[in-house]
Amino acid sequence: MAAVSKIWVLAEAAGGEVAPITLEMLTKARELADTVEAVYGGDAAGIAEQLGRYGATAVHATGDLGGSLLGVPLAAAIAASDAKPDAILLGTTQDGRDVAGRLSVALDAPVITNVTDLVERDGALTGVEPIFGGTQDVYTKFTGDAAKIFLVRPKSFAAEESGGGAAAVQSLAVPDTGATGTAQVVNRHVEERSGPQLDAAPVVVAGGRGLGEAANYQIIEDLAKALNGAPGASRAIVDAGWVPYSYQVGQTGKVVKPTVYIAAGISGATQHLVGMKGSKNIIAINKDPEAPIFGVADLGIVGDVHKVLPQLLEALQNR
Amino acid sequence: MLFDLADCRPMNVVVCVKQIPDPADPGALDPETKTLKRDGKLILDESDSYGVEMALQLVGDSGEVTLVSMAPNGEVSGLRTALAMGAAKAVLVSDDALKGSDALGTAKVLAKAIGRAGDYDLVLAATESSDGYTGTVPEQIAAVLGLPSVTFAKAVTVDGSTVKVDRQTEAGYDEVTCPLPAVVSVTAGVVEPRYPSFKGIMAAKSKPVDQVTIGDLGLDASQVGWAGAGQEIVEVAQAAQREAGEIIEDDGEAFTKVVDFLSNLKVI
Ligand SMILES: Cc1cc2nc3c(=O)[nH]c(=O)nc-3n(C[C@H](O)[C@H](O)[C@H](O)COP(=O)(O)OP(=O)(O)OC[C@H]3O[C@@H](n4cnc5c(N)ncnc54)[C@H](O)[C@@H]3O)c2cc1C
Ligand SMILES: Nc1ncnc2c1ncn2[C@@H]1O[C@H](COP(=O)(O)O)[C@@H](O)[C@H]1O
Repeated sequence: MAAVSKIWVLAEAAGGEVAPITLEMLTKARELADTVEAVYGGDAAGIAEQLGRYGATAVHATGDLGGSLLGVPLAAAIAASDAKPDAILLGTTQDGRDVAGRLSVALDAPVITNVTDLVERDGALTGVEPIFGGTQDVYTKFTGDAAKIFLVRPKSFAAEESGGGAAAVQSLAVPDTGATGTAQVVNRHVEERSGPQLDAAPVVVAGGRGLGEAANYQIIEDLAKALNGAPGASRAIVDAGWVPYSYQVGQTGKVVKPTVYIAAGISGATQHLVGMKGSKNIIAINKDPEAPIFGVADLGIVGDVHKVLPQLLEALQNR
Repeated sequence: MLFDLADCRPMNVVVCVKQIPDPADPGALDPETKTLKRDGKLILDESDSYGVEMALQLVGDSGEVTLVSMAPNGEVSGLRTALAMGAAKAVLVSDDALKGSDALGTAKVLAKAIGRAGDYDLVLAATESSDGYTGTVPEQIAAVLGLPSVTFAKAVTVDGSTVKVDRQTEAGYDEVTCPLPAVVSVTAGVVEPRYPSFKGIMAAKSKPVDQVTIGDLGLDASQVGWAGAGQEIVEVAQAAQREAGEIIEDDGEAFTKVVDFLSNLKVI
């Protein structure tokens, strides 16, 4: 008997492509529930086939919401829907957190956040959340009978196709939300990036404050290109304006699980580690032997990035 | 980050400021509720210093910044820091019944505290706190207050009765407009927080802090605290730790080790 009978998964998509976090959650939901359906704020015609391939038998879609920010209309539609799911999984993304927050109040139901695993414990769906910098896991279940709202961290599960047919698109009515639903997107800016996406690249080369200044970030871009990988960054240099937010790896940035993660001039603060310690292999370059990053590195070089990185780049280019 | 307020009616901003254990000392779980223990000295969450600074810039010298915080044992040290930066007054909710509150309970309490702050045009909070980082409290506050909201703001300007926000997204950022009153959550680095001046620190000592209990807010214990959290911690377990590998001191040739490592993995 499954932990719950019906799970809804929040679908997110950009440019007609379903977000990886959605496919990861659909895969996990198949293990936990008899019925897995998606819910989407927008016109789902273009993504129904992909959602079905990962196990969604239906997608409850609001239809085009114009420029409206998703949180208010989508949460209101879910709360008003009579197809009551037992649990709803949302990604820890900008829109996922907005919808979860609005839905929590609409249903007067708590949210379990930062979930990296979902397990069944004495018949109850239980969220696993890392605390104290990931040194301990807290297993939490709900005690009420409202829908169980989980905010799931990206890359917690591996996405696998179920081979299902296209999800049946079902209309999800959006009730009038009055003044609360008036935030409008008036312009979208997408930062163009050449090369593989940061959260999908087989190799990530990430730089931190140890690079010393913005101009020195160029060698990170060059190394990433030389390794067919993606450049990444710590929050310190994103906040300093050296690179855009889309480069940021960590608690408030992206979670990555590449074959190789190279951390150059990054101390390894817990909020950074949370975003990359799942990588298969980690190489760290730092002049401070006590830097916490060495605690998770498979190969650690205690040295100066200004020496080691140029030597590495030259060696790679001469192969 | 200046603003142009079309009508010159003074603007009032309420800022949610969390007072957190100093990140330097290790966290501990409360044995009874297994939630984060918060009885040591609490400081202003650095994430919220950006909200306070943004509010001070938006109100200029005509409007007023009011702080709201929920913290145990009448804790005000973090509030005093924000008052020293220039906020005018604060509402502190402190009540033993709040121990172990979850994000939803916290949002219900803060929404009531905001109600006591007088009229306001904008509520600011940080996108996520430095210790709990559920990242849902600002949106939950907006829902409880029935207000529109924009989260993940990396730039905020006010134009008449509209707030304009550059909202961070995975792919870049969106320009968002939203009518006031509204709730906006800001990301770190949205502005450069000012350091409290000596004069500010002195003045902060005498600024009013309206300390209230949940009873004063018309809330009862069943809605808040661990009792109202609607959750139960089944287990707290050691997480699997990653083993550290080989650490080498660079003798000028350590880069060759990296090259070998990469070629063994067939990455090059
Ligand atoms: C709520 C919250 C969320 C956060 N989210 C994130 C997040 O998503 N991602 C993130 O990265 N951080 C995040 N942080 C910030 C995090 O706590 C750290 O402040 C940040 O990761 C530090 O970045 P850094 O390692 O580049 O800089 P530092 O901590 O300053 O480390 C620089 C390192 O470079 C080394 N170094 C200096 N010079 C050299 C040299 N010449 N050669 C070699 N090494 C050198 C130093 O020894 C040091 O270890 C968050 C913080 C909070 C509170
Ligand atoms: N106890 C609290 N008191 C005041 N503000 C809070 C409190 N908890 C959360 N907040 C606000 O909500 C933001 C996000 O918190 P969280 O949802 O815990 O990540 C914080 O940065 C604060 O601005």
